[in-house]
Order: sequence, then structure tokens, then C-alpha cells
Amino acid sequence: MKYWQWVAEGWMHREIYYLLAWRDVRLRYKQTVLGVFWAVLQPFLTMLLFSIVFGRIVNIGSDGIPYAIFYYAALLPWIYFSSTVTQSSLSLVNNARLVTKVYFPRSALPIAPALSGMVDLGIGTIILIVMMAYYGLHPTAKLFLWPVLVIMLACLSCTIGMVLSALNVRYRDVKHVVPFLLQLWLFATPIVYPANMIPEYLRFYMDLNPLTGIVAAFRTVCVPQQHTDWASLGFSAVVILLLLFVSVGYFSKAEQSFGDVL
Amino acid sequence: MITVESLSKQYAINRGPEVTMLRESVCGFFSRLILGRQPQPRQFIWALKDVSCEISAGEIVGIVGRNGSGKSTLLKILSKIVRPTSGSMRVNGRVASLLEVGTAFHEELTGRENIYLSGCILGMARGRVAAKFDEIVAFAGVDSYIDMPLKHYSSGMSMRLGFSVAAHLESDILLVDEVIAVGDGEFQKKCLQTMGELRGVGRTVLFVSHNLAAVENLCTGAIWLDNGVVRSCGRPKEVIQEYMQTFGALSGADKDLNGVTRRGTGEARFSGVEFLGLSRQKVKTIASGDTLVIRLHYAAKETVQRPVFGLEVYTQLGTLVAQVHTYNSGVDLSPIGPGSGYIDLELPDLNLAPGRYYISLSLTNLGYIFYDVVDHCATFDVDPSGRYGLNRALKSGAIMCLPCNWVSSNHCA
Repeated sequence: MKYWQWVAEGWMHREIYYLLAWRDVRLRYKQTVLGVFWAVLQPFLTMLLFSIVFGRIVNIGSDGIPYAIFYYAALLPWIYFSSTVTQSSLSLVNNARLVTKVYFPRSALPIAPALSGMVDLGIGTIILIVMMAYYGLHPTAKLFLWPVLVIMLACLSCTIGMVLSALNVRYRDVKHVVPFLLQLWLFATPIVYPANMIPEYLRFYMDLNPLTGIVAAFRTVCVPQQHTDWASLGFSAVVILLLLFVSVGYFSKAEQSFGDVL
Repeated sequence: MITVESLSKQYAINRGPEVTMLRESVCGFFSRLILGRQPQPRQFIWALKDVSCEISAGEIVGIVGRNGSGKSTLLKILSKIVRPTSGSMRVNGRVASLLEVGTAFHEELTGRENIYLSGCILGMARGRVAAKFDEIVAFAGVDSYIDMPLKHYSSGMSMRLGFSVAAHLESDILLVDEVIAVGDGEFQKKCLQTMGELRGVGRTVLFVSHNLAAVENLCTGAIWLDNGVVRSCGRPKEVIQEYMQTFGALSGADKDLNGVTRRGTGEARFSGVEFLGLSRQKVKTIASGDTLVIRLHYAAKETVQRPVFGLEVYTQLGTLVAQVHTYNSGVDLSPIGPGSGYIDLELPDLNLAPGRYYISLSLTNLGYIFYDVVDHCATFDVDPSGRYGLNRALKSGAIMCLPCNWVSSNHCA
């Protein structure tokens, strides 16, 4: 199928994407006792842990940002990214019955977690705003950058999720690689440490990781006196676009054999 | 409407499905590179070979054939779930495929939520599902349960809900795989009626079924697939007659089973079947009430531990009349083979009504390994001669003769 035909087909069936995402949300909040609290608790407790371990014990600097904001603002995008990638990489195999019984755009399965994750991200953002108020950080015009960052983040998650989900169909042990990959990725991204601690000679390689620019920007958006590194962010956007093209190309090729292999 | 031109589909068999591990691939790559080991050459089978057919708008076409003859593969290709290896197809119109009942249903979601989810995934716009919602619920007859999670539904109810969603899909072409074989009798009748009504609406329907009666009554055309090849297509009655002629030898004759289509791993196989009388004599005719002995000859290449022999009896139109297994009958057989032998199945007082029946055989073990499965491999005719030695002919058309006593009480003075 031609590249643009593939995209157009997905757009035509966009209801299926929403619906699968909605199903994920329904199920997540229906089956857990904690419900919404779960979405709040996970980043919050991780933030506390990081603040104590890396802030108080290791004493990594936080660029003058309160530790709570410093970690929380970076953990929100990270937790969104890692849980989306984890879920989407399993999505095709876990829904094998669906894939082998009915035709619909296959990309809906790995992309749906990126949409459903928005709910948790939204709840987390509200908490963040409350925390900012507590620390007396007034939102500035930079807050308008927030949705742009979220879109970039979602695109990146879809990209990685699509490739991993298709690989997981072909090689069933990819699912064991994913948690390890995410662990490496966590430390390769300035989450536990500020971006300006990266030595100059590593700078370029770190910027190849599109999460670097995004996470750093998520932080600067929250703090009025911090400057956004536009070059880094712009570079991330270019990398994400390139990755998006590659992953759509790979996925649309790989999906032709899903029906046979699953 | 649907044009299929020399469609073929090939599957690799000796590596199972194409599932592999990344680890294996990497190791394999290095062992080829360093040790120069060649990978095992793959073997292929053709699930479909050079299938061509044309189905015009408004037709209802039944696809018949033995298990594993490629019927489902054809439906899957037409619904774009799998790609053909070669050949082309052209489908004009919106396609909805119904390869299982309750596609995309989730236990935890309510009936209402499941209707939307399933409807949309099967290709209906959300607005259309909303418009048809009441009809769907009414057809399924689950009104009072609609806001309860599906896990509280009985299996019959969720089945009905699934079919109801499918029946209300507004597609031009509907592909249905053996779904009406499930559900209770009342609901089956409703499904068949709905399919009958589709005829009037001008929808094109392709449906796979073992229920030959349904194909004959509902379809305007039929296709008979055998081993991935179209053996015959045309008017349902003629196609079904042709198909049924391959069901086996004539009544009472020995039947050599060495060259027939079969499934299974092949460690042991059926080599023949004989129909005998009580004292193991050859019989010319089988009558209702007689003792029938079905002798199953087998040849085992290896020792088979805990073999389980099974036999199914079907009517001409594909209704399963009876199913007997050594296991279910409480018989534990000692290991068989290597070598050949036979096992006799005695059916005392055969209470089948006159007519033609065909049998399917299976040789399995308790661990669910299928050594040999031969569908519809032989037929036998039950004569319309009398029962209990009476010379009073029975009417054909029924399936069984009930063992019965008539007790009259005469009130006449």
C-alpha cells in the first residue's frame, strides 16, 4: 500500500482509534480499586523517591528549581512515555484474536495506548499546576508550549510503540527486551539529572535522543526564569519526524503478515 | 461485485507458524556465518491454489468443503486479514466480515459498551450504531441486562448479542464463517431467517457452512473447495450433490482409506473401514434395529500410547447425529503399533431411521495430539425395511427410531 493511502485509511477509521483508547481507559479505571488515584500516585511517589535519593542523598543539583517540581515535571512525560511504549509493544500480540478475526487499521492497536495515556497525563498535569501554585511559580506564556510538547511526546511514543509491537509479532522475545530498553532510556535522558550537567562532548549524542529536548522543555515551561533550549527542542522535533516516517514505513510493511503470523 | 482471479495462498509448515525468537534468529545468523550451517529448507503447503470465481451483487453464496480445504482462508483473504501469495481480487462495496461471534467483546464492559466497540470495529460508524442500538438490543433479547458487564451474561446471551451486532452491520458484502452453528436452536432459526431476509435486501453474502441443508435452502450459489482448489461452483443443489458423492463408498462396502484427504500428525493412520454384521460377516444391507459393526483398520508407524478412537455420524445434510470415543465410553486401550490392526465398534440395535449417513474418524491421544482425522470418509445406508423383524417399511426423513412401546387401554365394552 502506498504511504499516503495508509495514512488516509487510518484517518478514515479514526473512530476505531478513539474507541480502543476509550476501552483502555474504561478498563483501567473500572478494574482497579484505587481508580484515579493510581494515575496520581505513581508519578507522585516516584517524585518523592527521586527527590530523596537523588536530591537529598546523592545531592544532584536541580538548576535552582524546587526538587519536587524538577522531578515531577520530568517524570510526567517519562511515565507517559514508558507506560505507553510498554503497552503498545504488547498490543498486537495481546489482541491477536482481534487481528486474526477482523480487518481494521492495525496501527490502531499500538496507537491507542498513546491516546488513553493522555488521561493520566492530564490528571498529572493538574497536580503539577497545584504544586506550582504551592511553590509560588506563576505560569507564564510559555505554558502554551505544553500542548506542543505533549503532541511531540505522543508522536514519539507511537513511533517506538509501533516498531516494537510489530517486532514483537515477529520475535516473541522482544517483550523481554522492552523493560531493559526503557531502563537504559531512563538514564540516557536528563530525568534524574538536569540537562545542563551533560558534558559538552556528549551533548550531540544526548540530543539524538528526542526525549532529551522534550523533557528539558517540560521543566523549563514550569519555571519562569528558565530558558527553553529551542535548538535542542527543534532538533528533537526533526528526529521525531524522521522516526515517524521510518516507523510508519516499517509498520505498513510488517502488518501485511500479521494475519499469518499471529 | 467480487472478482477473484487465480488466488493462491501458501503457508510454511515445517517451522510451525512464523513465530520465532529474536535470540534464535541471532544465533542462527551466527551459526550460518561461522559454522556454515544451512537453515532447514522450508516446506510449503498451498492452502488455496489458483482459485477463481465471480460473485455478482445480491448473491448469497455458500462455501462447502471438508475441514482444512481452504474455506476460512478464502474468507480471510477476502476480508483482507491475510494477504494472498499470488493472484488478485477485486471487491466493490463495503465489506464486513464475521469470522467469529462477538468480535472485540470484553468481559468487563457492559453490553451497551460492547455493542459500540464491536460495531465500530466491524466497520460501522458510531452514529449508525447509535441509530440501530435499540434494534440490536431487541434482536438479541437482552434488554434488561444491557448495562451489566458481559461477564454476567450467559454464553447464549453474549452469543446472541454478538450475532445481533453483526446482523445489523450495514455493509454491501457480508462474509460469514460458520457462526450460525453456535447458539441454541431458537436463535439459530432466527439467524437463518435473518440470512434469508438478506436475500431481499440485495446484500451479497458469502458464507461457510457445514450445514448443507442451510446452504441448499438459503443460497443462490455454492462453491465447493477441496484441498484449496475449486472443485465445483454453481447452483447449490448440484454442487452439494457433487460434494456429497465424495463422502465415501456405498453401503457396506470396504473402504480403503489410504489415499484420502486427512489431517493429523500421521504416527498412526486409518487404513480402511468395513461395515459388518453381528457375527462379523459381510453385510449387504443395514436395517434399522440391526447390530452394525464398524471395523476400523489402522496402521501405526510408531507405538502410540493411550490411543483414543473416535467416530462421528452425520446425516446427509451435515447434522451431527452422534459422536463416540473409546475414552468417553470408558474404554482405555493399551498401546498400539508399530504395525497394523483393527478395532471394532459394535452398535447394537442401530436406532437410525432409514437414510444415508456418513462417518468421520479420528485417532487421537489423551494429550490432544491428533494422529489422524478423516472427515466424511465413508457412508452407509440404512434400509427402509422394517424394524424388529417386521416387514413394515419405515418412512425416511427422520433421523432416529425411538425405542418405544405402545400400550393401549381399550375402553370398549
